[in-house]
Amino acid sequence: MAGRAATTSVLNNSKFRAILYQLIMASLLIYLGWSIAENTIANMEARDIRAGFGFLDETAGFSIMMSLVPYEPGDTYGRVFLVGLLNTLLVAGIGVVFATMVGFLVGIMRLSQNWVVSRLATIYVEIFRNVPLLLQILFWYTAVLKPLPGPRQVFERNTEIYFGISNRGITVPEFIFLENFSFTTWTALLGILFTIGIHRWAKQRQATTGEQFPVFFAGLGLTIGLPILVFLLSGAPVEFTPAKMGRFNLAGGITIIPEFLAVLLSLVLYTASFIAEIVRAGIQAVNYGQTEASRALGLRNGTTLKLVIIPQALRIIIPPMTSQYLNLTKNTSLAAAIAYPDLVATFAGTALNQNGQALETLAITMTVYLSLSLLTSALMNWFNSRVKLVER
Amino acid sequence: MKKLFLSCLSIALLGGIAIAGGHEKGTLSAVKSKGHIQCGVSQGLPGFSNPDDQGNWSGLDVDFCRAMSAAVFGDADKVKYTPLSARARFEALRSGEIDVLARNTTWTMQRDATLGLEFVGVNYYDGQGFMVRKTLGVNSAMELDGASACTNTGTTTELNLTDFFRANGMQFELVAFERADEVVAAYDAGRCDVYTTDRSGLAAQRTKLSNPNDHKVLPEIISKEPLGPVVRQDDPQWADLARWTLNAMINAEEMGIDSSNVDSKRSDSNPAVKRLMGTEGDLHEAIGVNNDWAYNIVKQVGNYGEVYERHVGANTPLQLGRGGTVNDLWTNGGLIYAPPVR
Ligand SMILES: N[C@@H](CCC(=O)N[C@@H](CS)C(=O)NCC(=O)O)C(=O)O
Repeated sequence: MAGRAATTSVLNNSKFRAILYQLIMASLLIYLGWSIAENTIANMEARDIRAGFGFLDETAGFSIMMSLVPYEPGDTYGRVFLVGLLNTLLVAGIGVVFATMVGFLVGIMRLSQNWVVSRLATIYVEIFRNVPLLLQILFWYTAVLKPLPGPRQVFERNTEIYFGISNRGITVPEFIFLENFSFTTWTALLGILFTIGIHRWAKQRQATTGEQFPVFFAGLGLTIGLPILVFLLSGAPVEFTPAKMGRFNLAGGITIIPEFLAVLLSLVLYTASFIAEIVRAGIQAVNYGQTEASRALGLRNGTTLKLVIIPQALRIIIPPMTSQYLNLTKNTSLAAAIAYPDLVATFAGTALNQNGQALETLAITMTVYLSLSLLTSALMNWFNSRVKLVER
Repeated sequence: MKKLFLSCLSIALLGGIAIAGGHEKGTLSAVKSKGHIQCGVSQGLPGFSNPDDQGNWSGLDVDFCRAMSAAVFGDADKVKYTPLSARARFEALRSGEIDVLARNTTWTMQRDATLGLEFVGVNYYDGQGFMVRKTLGVNSAMELDGASACTNTGTTTELNLTDFFRANGMQFELVAFERADEVVAAYDAGRCDVYTTDRSGLAAQRTKLSNPNDHKVLPEIISKEPLGPVVRQDDPQWADLARWTLNAMINAEEMGIDSSNVDSKRSDSNPAVKRLMGTEGDLHEAIGVNNDWAYNIVKQVGNYGEVYERHVGANTPLQLGRGGTVNDLWTNGGLIYAPPVR
């Protein structure tokens, strides 16, 4: 051993060399980035261009049409950032859920034995994945706006409106949860915990005794039925304040703006067309022999799908699905085209233009999209490792 | 818009590099060696900068760039245009993508003092106004409590509007689009009760509505919008050239020199006229052009009054009559005034 150590220096150790190269590369990159940043800032100062992140504390001075947190024009650019970020997360979050549902549905429809159903699904996929997304957004915006009447045409002045649809959006009453509502919340939380427990217990019981338990219906009752019962018993503790028609618009209430609807609709329909193909490919990739084997064991069609096909298909479906989710999230930035106040429109748009600090603003915005993407990937990778087939 | 966002981004990055590298030689020599001026304009605002079917640009702002070209090259046509959204315009100038920005841009302290840019003068005194459908029965902006307002993002307009409603304790919904066409379309589709922008812009965009006569402009003017050309702050010679191009057009009008009589004015004996026509003195050397620079401007583009009447005046679709307004010459009681060429 001693003799060998003398002839092989540590530099010849492949592990050590790999780490060394990585270190050299990383420090070079950091140095490069740092010197570019420093140089730029120095030069900007020399040219009277304001630099730094101090602007985040300054007053924005413009209003934003939709915000999930309280926002006033007197608030700071930092607040604008938060408002924009939340609006982006909202469409992205809801978009991912709906796109997945529509995508799975269409993907399974494409495999249907029924000629009409599978044709319809094919037509859907071909149309929505081949038309540029920006066009679809503009189309849906016009399609949402044009046929809807103006608020003055449908609502009478000074009347209370519980449910209103106009070209200014869909309006529902504002609701406030009264104190007693906490009973409902706790019941729901306990219901969820119990359902998880029952699920585990039922699995174990089936493994040992072979007996089955209707977990799904029990869970449904515990998480939804019971809370509804408690809600009613505690006296339906919610207060509704309807919107009221003013001279131009409904005032009060909660309004879902048409821009949001148009962006959501186009993102969902567009992304679902890709997801559908991924789902179809995933299912088709599972060898037909699996189905036959499963039937030979006497499993029913639904059970075959649930216990044999889907688990195997999922490991093929999930990795490409991740990139669809990432795409959807990044595509929300197209929303600026139709005035939906997402992060790009508000923070990297209006705010950037009012304070002129492009470098800083865009750096922050890019960091946000990067972090969102990395987070999504991390979550999906975790999920992937959970459903992955254990290979032998 | 993602494209736009990306291009903003790359412009910003290029800007960073350009800022890091610095503009080695002056803009004038760079312009001379490439053989044209790159002029930043709007994406289409009739009267100010608007392309026709063949893609030829015209307008008050366009003529400013043509005048600069006449001064530099003796040929008003050596201009190339870059259409810019309100949001992208300053970055485009800072990064060196364009040489001058003539895009109905309001001179404000923030833009002048913090962006590394320089406003060289005012070529149109404007103010923000409101347009509504006549059927609304609204006669004053003070009646707009609770209305939805459509406008362009990245403009002074957004801020003024917010200020106005806040100051008067009124509620409103701001619907802000990136492109002017989208604003017009949304307003036309009934998304908003009000369309607000510079009054000249209202006059121009109104011509694009499906029924221009169904709309009216409210009497209130809620802001000062001095619109003018902008250059980079780090090149004083180029800034002087831009500033004196505008001043030459205004001085020519004041002296009664226009494109039809400019040839005879070259032999005029009035010393002030001689200095402007370059037949006396050598001030042209300081801004790096030939002595016939102002002659070429007036001959090929016209004086300020001619350009005004051609693009936005009473006989254009915009119908912005000049007499008695702030945009008249100071000798007629207006604000159009240029320092002397001496
Ligand atoms: N003068 C204001 C507003 C300028 C502005 O962008 N106005 C709009 C509406 S009139 C416009 O020019 N749109 C034409 C375009 O987007 O190209 C400013 O400098 O911020």
